Amino acid sequence: MLNIGVFVCWCGSNIAATVDIDQVVAAAKIQPGVVFATDYQYMCSEAGQKIMRNAVLEHKLDGVVICACSPRMHEATFRKNAEKSGLNPFMVEIANIREHVSWIHKDKAVGTVKAIALVNAAIAKVSLNAPLISGESSVTKRALVIGGGIAGLQTALDIAEAGFEVDVVEKLPTIGGNMAKIDKTFPTLDCAACILTPKMVDAASHENIELITYSEVESVKGFVGSFKATIRKKARYVDEVACTGCGVCMAKCPSKKSLNEFNCGLNNRPSVYIPFAQAIPNVAVIDPQSCIKLTRDKCGLCQTVCEAKAIDFTQKDELIEREYGAIVVATGFQPIKVDKFDELGYSQNKDVITSLELERLMNAAGPTGGKLQKVSDGSHPHDIVFIQCVGSRDCTARGKNYCSKICCMYTTKHAMLIRDKYPDINVTVFYIDIRTAGKNYDEFYRRAAEDYGVTYIKGQVGKVYEEDGFLVVQGSDLISNEQIKIKADMVVLAAAIEADPSAKKVASMLTASIDTNNFLTEAHAKLRPVESPTAGIFLSGVCQGPKDIPETVAQAGAAASKVIGLLVKNKLVTNPCVAIADEMLCSGCSNCFNICPYGAIGYEEKLVNDHGIRETRRLAVVNPALCQGCGACSVACPSGAMDLLGFTNKQIMAEVDAICKK
Amino acid sequence: MQEVKEFKPNIVAFCCNWCSYAGADLAGSSRLSYPAEVKIIRVPCSGRVNPMFILKAFEKGADGVIICGCHPGDCHYNTGNFYARRRMALLYSMLDFMGIEKGRTRVEWVSAAEGAKFANVMNKFTSDIIELGECVKLGDIRCKD
Repeated sequence: MLNIGVFVCWCGSNIAATVDIDQVVAAAKIQPGVVFATDYQYMCSEAGQKIMRNAVLEHKLDGVVICACSPRMHEATFRKNAEKSGLNPFMVEIANIREHVSWIHKDKAVGTVKAIALVNAAIAKVSLNAPLISGESSVTKRALVIGGGIAGLQTALDIAEAGFEVDVVEKLPTIGGNMAKIDKTFPTLDCAACILTPKMVDAASHENIELITYSEVESVKGFVGSFKATIRKKARYVDEVACTGCGVCMAKCPSKKSLNEFNCGLNNRPSVYIPFAQAIPNVAVIDPQSCIKLTRDKCGLCQTVCEAKAIDFTQKDELIEREYGAIVVATGFQPIKVDKFDELGYSQNKDVITSLELERLMNAAGPTGGKLQKVSDGSHPHDIVFIQCVGSRDCTARGKNYCSKICCMYTTKHAMLIRDKYPDINVTVFYIDIRTAGKNYDEFYRRAAEDYGVTYIKGQVGKVYEEDGFLVVQGSDLISNEQIKIKADMVVLAAAIEADPSAKKVASMLTASIDTNNFLTEAHAKLRPVESPTAGIFLSGVCQGPKDIPETVAQAGAAASKVIGLLVKNKLVTNPCVAIADEMLCSGCSNCFNICPYGAIGYEEKLVNDHGIRETRRLAVVNPALCQGCGACSVACPSGAMDLLGFTNKQIMAEVDAICKK
Repeated sequence: MQEVKEFKPNIVAFCCNWCSYAGADLAGSSRLSYPAEVKIIRVPCSGRVNPMFILKAFEKGADGVIICGCHPGDCHYNTGNFYARRRMALLYSMLDFMGIEKGRTRVEWVSAAEGAKFANVMNKFTSDIIELGECVKLGDIRCKD
């Protein structure tokens, strides 16, 4: 029988307000094996931890139950503390009486009864705990970054600067991501290209960074420290090394009807193309959907004109296998499709555009060379109306219920840039709320409204329709409480941003958890914001939730520092809660071998002494370095030979027993 | 008048560490209440739930047992929840045959981000169990002629 100590935390008033601490302590004291029980306001504080350490020594405790917050929060803290007092860290169990009791049950009597039941279950479990020793596993000193936008590049650069090798996998033919499309950035109005393209060049020329563009990660196996990834490098039909990026093929290509993705489809591009002038790698790519040679086996003009002999129509997808110690997800975002907001007329009228399209129209490298003009006829607009929150803060099935965070600021930026360059254009913004939290953000907005003469109207737009060759924006002005109609030449929709469609696939491949909006979940909303709950997976940029460029860069750096912290280690401590086979019970049936997702189970011929009968048997043996502790084998085993340390059959049965006891 | 004692069911919830236990934590930190009769046991994976645990729960007087895991395809261990689903489908039919109604057992997928879903699932499950009434103890089931 163990000597068990029970420590009940008040968590200030978080637990103590709705759970009768004295009753819990009293109930714990009479449980079998419990030799000591006490309570303290904050068990996780240094003073609280000291109480635990002293009690372990004083009462010779060999099992500890902490009744506090979720084990996902402080299990590691209390295990470390146990180690400090000489107790095996795995002799600690947590009864979650905060998230699972005090925070949800307001009735103190009800909460106390449940808390006691959970504490009893933890006591029952810990009395069957056995000391466990952690093993070690190696760390592959190379990181993989999925996504080559500003988030991915910043993370890669920071990791590379620390001396570790990084691969950046980008699904598009060039790195740069969404930021490459942007003209100017708020709140300083400096040009996006001037701050992004040097970073792109840095990444491309860094000796520790390898850019794997036009490629997608196809599968990932393994675990923290030793991931194995398969990357599909899509056929470019252009030899990346030979191509000089001269652009002759682009000029000669007769098939020029494909929509230019980089310009949001505002103009066309040839079938062989370089996405934009500053693309990295500055190498052409052939679009197999529209290329005449690849679709109909005619033409081939580009091959004839290419002096570098870089065009190769026989190129095939290539699979690259690499090993990594850590993986960073930086899959970014895309604006939502706004055609489902039929009343705003996006699909009916060419002069109703999205903000990202406006960004291209105002960009000096864009389809109009930076000249703002109506998409329909190329004429100069006089009245432009911006509509905010198109699909943001929208609880209907059409939109997203979150705030996209960046739209208030970029619309303000657009309004300012337009008023600055074309003072004759009237700019009106319809908004629900203006959200300008951030350094120098509100000042920026006030400048737009006060100095640049941008008209802000609080209210939502009901519809946009065409009348006498003009657009009419009909909406409500909530301040004057009346319906208003405004004539416009152009209407700009601030479309909500959503997680890139690849995020879901990537998360699933990495078994990283994802929320209902397809944003990746962080390990802890406040304390571990750049880590996924899955060890070795880190989050960078908008894949975790909407954020602007400064926040993205900050988070990218944070993710990099976490990766560096991991890669700098030579050995990782492995989870000792692994499967174990009982030699006397194993019949060598292979059920566990078949169910194990990690190939952690092998077979050995072993001499056993079964009640005096000595014979050689084929027995299952678990490799603790590969076992991840899921416990599937322990259930599949027909003879009950397999068990999972830390979550043994007996322990879970004891918990069930304690909970069901009335 | 005789006082009718309110039926308080005893419900055991097995939650996988990666998704559903975190979902339950989120329900807690979002202060979304669900009946206190639901008591959670943390397991590494829904695939760790041995049918024996469920039989044990019914033997010891549970009125309902629910297993929560990651959504199909999202299992932290890739395939554990698929095994759980298949295994439990078989077990539940067997329990039903033995006289423990199918409604007393359930498998649900709750992700770490679905605190509200966790609370809803538990509210619904508890009200279903209350409707079914007290469960006969597995140990008391005897073959009838």
